[in-house]
Amino acid sequence: MTADVSDAALTPPSRRGALYVAEYRLRNMWKWRGSIVAFGIGNPVLYLASVGIGVGALVDANGGGVDGVPYLVFLAPALIAAAAIQGGTDEAMFPSLHGFIWSKLFFSIRATSVTGGQIADGVLLATVVRVVFTSAAYWCVLWAFGAVGIGSALPLIAVSVLAGSAWGALILAIVAGVHDDSGFLSLVGRLVFMPMFLFSGTFYPLSSLPLAVQWIGWISPLWHATELGRWLSYGADLPPWQAAVSIAYLLAMLVGGTLVARVRFERRLVA
Amino acid sequence: MIMQATAVTAAVAIAERHAHRPGAGIYAGRARTVLARNAVAVRTTNAFVFATGFIEPVLFLVAFGYGIGGLVGTVDVAGQVVSYAAFIAPALLASSAMNGALMDATYNVFFKMHHQRLYQAMTATSLGAMDVALGEIAWAMVRGAAYAVGFLVVIGAFGLVVSWSAVLMVPAAVLVAFAFAAIGMTLTSYMSSFQQLNWVSFALLPMFLFSGTFFPITVYPVWLQHVIEALPLWQAIAMMRGLMLGELDGGLAFHVGYFAVLSVLGLWITTRRLDALFLR
Amino acid sequence: MWLGEPVIAAHRLVKQYGDFRAVDGIDLAVARGESFGILGPNGAGKSTTMRMLTATLQRTSGDLSILGHDPATAGPLIRAHLGVVPQQDNLDTELTVAENLFTYGRYFGLPRAYLRTRVDDLLDFAQLTDKRSAKVESLSGGMKRRLTIARGLVNEPEIVLLDEPTTGLDPQARHILWDRLFRLKESGTTLVITTHYMDEAAQLCDRLVVMDGGRIVAEGSPAALIREHCPREVVEVRFGSDRNAQAAEQLADIGQRHEVLPDRILIYTDAGEADLQRIVARGFEPITSLVRRSSLEDVFLRLTGRSLAED
Repeated sequence: MTADVSDAALTPPSRRGALYVAEYRLRNMWKWRGSIVAFGIGNPVLYLASVGIGVGALVDANGGGVDGVPYLVFLAPALIAAAAIQGGTDEAMFPSLHGFIWSKLFFSIRATSVTGGQIADGVLLATVVRVVFTSAAYWCVLWAFGAVGIGSALPLIAVSVLAGSAWGALILAIVAGVHDDSGFLSLVGRLVFMPMFLFSGTFYPLSSLPLAVQWIGWISPLWHATELGRWLSYGADLPPWQAAVSIAYLLAMLVGGTLVARVRFERRLVA
Repeated sequence: MIMQATAVTAAVAIAERHAHRPGAGIYAGRARTVLARNAVAVRTTNAFVFATGFIEPVLFLVAFGYGIGGLVGTVDVAGQVVSYAAFIAPALLASSAMNGALMDATYNVFFKMHHQRLYQAMTATSLGAMDVALGEIAWAMVRGAAYAVGFLVVIGAFGLVVSWSAVLMVPAAVLVAFAFAAIGMTLTSYMSSFQQLNWVSFALLPMFLFSGTFFPITVYPVWLQHVIEALPLWQAIAMMRGLMLGELDGGLAFHVGYFAVLSVLGLWITTRRLDALFLR
Repeated sequence: MWLGEPVIAAHRLVKQYGDFRAVDGIDLAVARGESFGILGPNGAGKSTTMRMLTATLQRTSGDLSILGHDPATAGPLIRAHLGVVPQQDNLDTELTVAENLFTYGRYFGLPRAYLRTRVDDLLDFAQLTDKRSAKVESLSGGMKRRLTIARGLVNEPEIVLLDEPTTGLDPQARHILWDRLFRLKESGTTLVITTHYMDEAAQLCDRLVVMDGGRIVAEGSPAALIREHCPREVVEVRFGSDRNAQAAEQLADIGQRHEVLPDRILIYTDAGEADLQRIVARGFEPITSLVRRSSLEDVFLRLTGRSLAED
């Protein structure tokens, strides 16, 4: 995508700016389709075959499963949500770091008739597409392993997409304020993503952790999506009020993240 | 006075003393200066990123050891019944030694090789290719071993260490880190883009998940068990587990030999590669 | 003119990559204390030659002796005698300015106590004393270049080899750098410099070779090369790009020789002003005109048929 600076002042803001940006992102993703597909399929297969089956054998032998179901079934909704959130992270974080810092591409796009808010929207839109693909691929693998029933397809994928998109929106809002990326990626990985992955009731019920660390789960979109997913997948106990809170929490993150990202993108790109 | 009029300068005299030793063309005996360079560099940059490397295995230990541990109960390892946390702790120690060493020997080395052109600068001095290779591998080893030792302190504090032989996990971690660093740097010397490095980390995930880290590999068919047993991470985990539980037998000698061979092989190939890239 | 044995001697030196001969049988001899230039456009084989001279690239065939040693067998020993300034700065960006010098000295095995004073001297020489604790990234292009040169001097080398030392620098930074190189030359250090800037070669080099396509096409002092290959003066006239060729034909009898470039005509002559007046007297009205002395640029054009600026 090239920027035409000279006409910027003359061209009225395009209403379809976000779509142009999303198109650029999707074209870029297409170049990476090999590794996206390999990771999209490979990651669930690896986790299911190792933790799902291996650890599952230990768990099931010990007490006959978790939450009244085999460990694999318990694990499945958490893994699909985690994969969606990982996909959302990748598609929101790297293009934004690229656009703001590495290649400063967003500044060139902003010099056309596309606004900062539309750039945020466009990147998020492409992120949603990626998350939909990742969730759908993941569900197929889960189903092939017998970890989910056929009826869970739409609801489980929908919850994962919601979680991945909400997290992606939050990442956009945060990265818009990052000016020095040295060490940023490894710090986010080690101090945010990894604790979220491990302490959101992903591999065991959150209640088996001491109360002092349970709060990590409560603020984590992964835990909310996992709780919803277990209810939708195998009918785990979930009080209606908790389901409502979880959905509201994820929606609030999506909407709030998007709104903040729009404002911060525009402010940074015109400053 | 910027230039001296003396005929033989200190640098030349030093080089002349080394010139007649065997292997003088590839090794000047100054790998320590490359190691020292890294110690200075980490002081001025990346210290925080370096420090947070300790966190990951601790998180895994808490989450899996205590979270999943409540579901699993105990695990039977070669006749000994141990808690699930004690089962995965040595595996996490081995993985952190591996990860620390590999992170440095892949991403950091690639950056130095292709973006910073650091090895070009080093090989323009009287250093040889093996000084550079050994210094860099030793640094990656220091990093991997530091992570492993830090983690050993943590599992000691958690009360998971039961045998005196667990102290031997420190030299074991040093050996494991050196071998992974040597292999990692060998691979990096053949890479031409960061994307190729991502495939290395992509290949590490299955090794991490299947090498008996979180469950005994006896759940797999026998042929697959043999494949896994050939992998370096399984070798490292088996060695650490034996040391932690106090099982010192012939298997230990085999593991040590395995990593000694990998180390020598990795160092040698890396030296050859650096020589070919920067001095041929 | 020779002061004993040459410090660098190459005979029929060849570097071959597959089917491509980057360096195609060159002969060189550099005397102690001499300032020796290798000129040529990009791709002429200068940097490949330079890497062979710095004992970091092995020759395919031919003989090469540096300070009496063969780089194929005595690489580290030879490199202990040399100071190397590569084409692209490869400073250690994770270290400070002073740490760069100190660490580089350690690579040669130099003792810490010696290096502490040596680093101070070098910072002074490079005019970077007040930047000693700065990160390399914060330096300007000229400062980085001076630091790279200072780094190359840490081992008190007998020969300093500089690959395009001022490429990419602004005019002021170039002059500061040239001044530093003059001081080195005065101290008796042998310099080997590659460049595609003719003014740089004329400023710094006692003697030079012109390379093109991996071969040496001329050799001598800058003044001798100009005398040998070009008349004293050049008239440069421009008539606009579509009229140059036609005008050149009509002016064929003026001067000794012409070079028609895409944007101008060069007329080589011993009497520039007089010839320019003859051109005007014939009714030609050049858009711009210039009379100047012949330079190495003209020698290069004469020898290779190409202008350096085109490459």
